[in-house]
Amino acid sequence: MQVRVLVRLKPGVLDPQGRAVHHALEGLGFAGVEDVRIGRLIELDVADGTDRAAITAMCEKLLANTVIESFTIETDGETAGQTAGAQG
Amino acid sequence: MAFRAAVITFPGSNCDRDMASALEAVSGQPAIRVWHGDADLPSGLDLIALPGGFSYGDYLRSGAMAATSPIMRAVVAAADRGVPVLGVCNGFQVLTEARLLPGALLRNAGQRFICRTVALTAENTASLFTSAYTQGETIRIPVAHHDGNYYADADTLDRIEGEGLVAFRYAESCNGSARDIAGVLSANGRVLGMMPHPERAIEPAAVPALGGHDGRRLFESILAQLTTA
Repeated sequence: MQVRVLVRLKPGVLDPQGRAVHHALEGLGFAGVEDVRIGRLIELDVADGTDRAAITAMCEKLLANTVIESFTIETDGETAGQTAGAQG
Repeated sequence: MAFRAAVITFPGSNCDRDMASALEAVSGQPAIRVWHGDADLPSGLDLIALPGGFSYGDYLRSGAMAATSPIMRAVVAAADRGVPVLGVCNGFQVLTEARLLPGALLRNAGQRFICRTVALTAENTASLFTSAYTQGETIRIPVAHHDGNYYADADTLDRIEGEGLVAFRYAESCNGSARDIAGVLSANGRVLGMMPHPERAIEPAAVPALGGHDGRRLFESILAQLTTA
């Protein structure tokens, strides 16, 4: 089962990397970019039936630092996502 | 006087020898070197030191991988028993990732790696790490980091300030740290994390090119605490 974990800096946490990329986009002449925030995509290949709680625990213990980051978990198929979401 | 200090080496640590050397210079006792893959610490330790460097190549987040290593379970257990723990630079990052200290270290606000000697203000001089400093005193200690921008939410910052857990503050603009925090103590005062490198500032005053000597008193504080406790 493919799982995608999106890790993002929480709102309000300074993202100097995103700011630098924002400036670089402006320097390349791209107008209208209001903000840039850089996160991390982690793709996991886990055993079928791995429950949402286990993936959430992976995120909380290692994949994200919840002091500064939030995470969302995406699994193949909406049903799995919704079911797991109720558990998580 | 027996003084048993352990210095943990992770893959990618690069200040472990400096830390051991500083501990030996100040205490006159050899520091015990411990590898990250060890499950147990030596018994009867007076201090555990987590050195600077780039453990695990800063994979995922600085300090995140090291915080999961076998020895860190033993370090957390020792800290829970009250064994003093000092984390410098990457060691500070590891301590926040292991949740022994509040907050996190973000990329420097200016994006650049900062490597220079900075002025710090000694804020809490009651702890076992800082008793040899005078409150409000300005000291000069080198920093060398890319991820030293201390962050915690406002409630946490208010709490640690209210409880006097800020050990050192930058006295000059450095890396964008919240409230200029350079070093933080745990609630019981027995774990200290700091970005500046006291182990690089222990040489005699006559050799200022070697980083000065303002870091020496940090190690002397620990020793003094041990002999008077």
